[in-house]
Amino acid sequence: MKKKLLSTILSVTMAAALLAGCGSSAAAPAETAAPAEEAAPAEEAAPAEEAEVVEDVEEAAEAVEEAAADSGAAGDVITVGFAQVGHESDWRTASTKSCQDVFSAENGYDLSFVDCDNDEAAQKEAVRSFIEQGVDYIIIDPIIATGWDTVLTECEDAGIPVIVIDRTIDDSDKYVSWVGSNFKTEGLAAGEWLKAYAEKQGIKEINALVISGSTGASAQIGRSEGFQEVADREGWTILDEQTGDFTKAGGQEVMESYCKSYEGKFNVVVCQNDNEAFGAMTAMDNAGVAYGPGNDVILISFDACTAGLEDVKAGKISADFECNPLAAPFVEQVIQQLQKGETPEKEVYMEEHWYALPDQIVDFSIDGEAQTMTEVTDDVIAAQY
Amino acid sequence: MSKKSNSKIYWNKLKNWPLLLPVIALILVMAVNIIHDAAIGENPLSFFMISLRNTTTSGTILYGRIIDIINRGSEVAILAIGMTLVVSASAGTDISVGSVMSLCASFMCMMLAGYGVSSTTTLAMPLAIGLLCAVVMGIVCGAFNGTLVAHLKIQPMVATLILYSAARAIGLLLCNDLIVYVRNPSFAYFGAFTGPIPTPIIITAICIIIVSLVLKKTALGMYIQSVGINARASRIAGLNSRLLIFLAYTLCGLFAAIAGIVASSRITSADSNNIGLYLEMDAILSVALGGNSLGGGKFNLAGSIIGAYTIQAITTTLYALGVSTNQAPVFKAIIVILIVVIEAPPFKAFVRKFNASRAAAREV
Repeated sequence: MKKKLLSTILSVTMAAALLAGCGSSAAAPAETAAPAEEAAPAEEAAPAEEAEVVEDVEEAAEAVEEAAADSGAAGDVITVGFAQVGHESDWRTASTKSCQDVFSAENGYDLSFVDCDNDEAAQKEAVRSFIEQGVDYIIIDPIIATGWDTVLTECEDAGIPVIVIDRTIDDSDKYVSWVGSNFKTEGLAAGEWLKAYAEKQGIKEINALVISGSTGASAQIGRSEGFQEVADREGWTILDEQTGDFTKAGGQEVMESYCKSYEGKFNVVVCQNDNEAFGAMTAMDNAGVAYGPGNDVILISFDACTAGLEDVKAGKISADFECNPLAAPFVEQVIQQLQKGETPEKEVYMEEHWYALPDQIVDFSIDGEAQTMTEVTDDVIAAQY
Repeated sequence: MSKKSNSKIYWNKLKNWPLLLPVIALILVMAVNIIHDAAIGENPLSFFMISLRNTTTSGTILYGRIIDIINRGSEVAILAIGMTLVVSASAGTDISVGSVMSLCASFMCMMLAGYGVSSTTTLAMPLAIGLLCAVVMGIVCGAFNGTLVAHLKIQPMVATLILYSAARAIGLLLCNDLIVYVRNPSFAYFGAFTGPIPTPIIITAICIIIVSLVLKKTALGMYIQSVGINARASRIAGLNSRLLIFLAYTLCGLFAAIAGIVASSRITSADSNNIGLYLEMDAILSVALGGNSLGGGKFNLAGSIIGAYTIQAITTTLYALGVSTNQAPVFKAIIVILIVVIEAPPFKAFVRKFNASRAAAREV
């Protein structure tokens, strides 16, 4: 009797524990989904789609009104369902918070937020539940890039426009718009900045070491591609490229090894996110390598989180290239366009900033487009996510 | 006695030395570096060079790849101590150690920073309390596993699977889903330097010395082994098998906590998703590489520790060789397969037979 009770309690605990643990496998801030490919030509179907969308939005709005009737919500509130990846990093937290801030009740929205704990099946279930709830718009940050066609068809049948953010969907184009970062542009920006800065400083030879992000993540692929493109064109030497898995511990261990393998042979270190840069700095400190503005080694980083910008301000990181997590304002623009019956762009790239101290700010351009750099001040740091 | 027979006695002694194969495996891994350095025309011994280096942040410190191996291998070595005891006593493995490391680190950083704070330079409470919290959390987790295995007779793999999957999530809850940064020099100490020596090395050394002393000076080691060989017979002989298995798991949890403190102090933060990731596998592998049977019973602590450093030596070697990190796991797997095969009993038996037949042929 006692034993039976005990075993029941135990199995319940176990089940609960396993459920609670589902979110533990999350990876680094960036994505395991495939890279964002160049814009898919979606214009062809646009006009027809547009009419349908408007019609369906009305339909959906009716459904919502019905659903909202007993809860007593206002009629013109726009309901939005957001299926988020999880909560594995500061970057992700900032992304979630941005959505919660923008789609708030004060702004006339009703947001259903689901944290999918990096579980792709749970995410698809979340989208289905949004359809059942009859929301006006669905926002998805897809955990994986494939297997979406069925679910997105269901959304289409229900007449709910889907907006994809951050990561990409490869096997379906039944979404209205994708909002995210152009990682290759970030890589190009780092390369072009380095070229302009080296010219200004009279540095003739560039010997770079790269600490890359999790292999295969779209952020890693894009940033490597962009930087490599400039390096190939300018004839720079990339001595080595190994992954630090977007973590501080990874960056530290790789840099420790670099310091020994390439002692005195490198003058540029590129870390593909701030956490790796923090680790690389500790490793260089311990190897007696001086880095940052005014020293031999130029340190370049990506992400530009608050702590990263603090290190730019402290004169440790020479330049930091932002990966903007605040997708929500751009998503809202898309939604507003849809509300007015306009057709939004199929791919929306978010505005991103390139940060440095005044001495490191140089003029450069990407594919002929002039770039403006942002000076890091206390106000900028305070405003950053 | 002639000189020749004297050396033969030493040779026979060496052949029966239980650590022979683990040590050879470690030496082989290191030897790869000598060949590589010689091949690219550098000083063949550059991998083994240890020098003193002046830094602006930590003063004069020891510098070299060997130091890196011993330093970076600390966490796995500490985990390997606890894992050895668990394997010996219960003929099972504790697969929760990596997650428990992360949970302890998260709990400690949460206490030090205050709930919901994501980055701080000042400590919300004395460092000692934070460390104590981590240690207590580790012991509680270990005791939980121990109760399930020793008292409820649940298979170790299943029992520890609970915390394997849950501990990281609990850590995230404690940290309010954030990475908590404690950027305070007193906290960073456990991952930094004591004089010229990296502190993790000292912590590992202290753990190893205390455990070996306890195992040597008391009968605990013998008790654990006898429980592992035959729990029922040991109980009939008057040993409290349950208590001993419980103790082994609790100690394993304690060491996971210590490893968690080191790992989190190195990065001055509690990165719940990444601290101790896959380390349980490395810890189990160290025990196996150390020539210990995963079927429980007799164990050799020194072997497990050497196994832990062998794993780190492989990682550091692959970095030094500049093997692309995409391919590194493949090389690591090949090396591990080789080592495990060399240490496998059928292979040893084959070598013994081969030697015997050769000796017989010589005598004829």
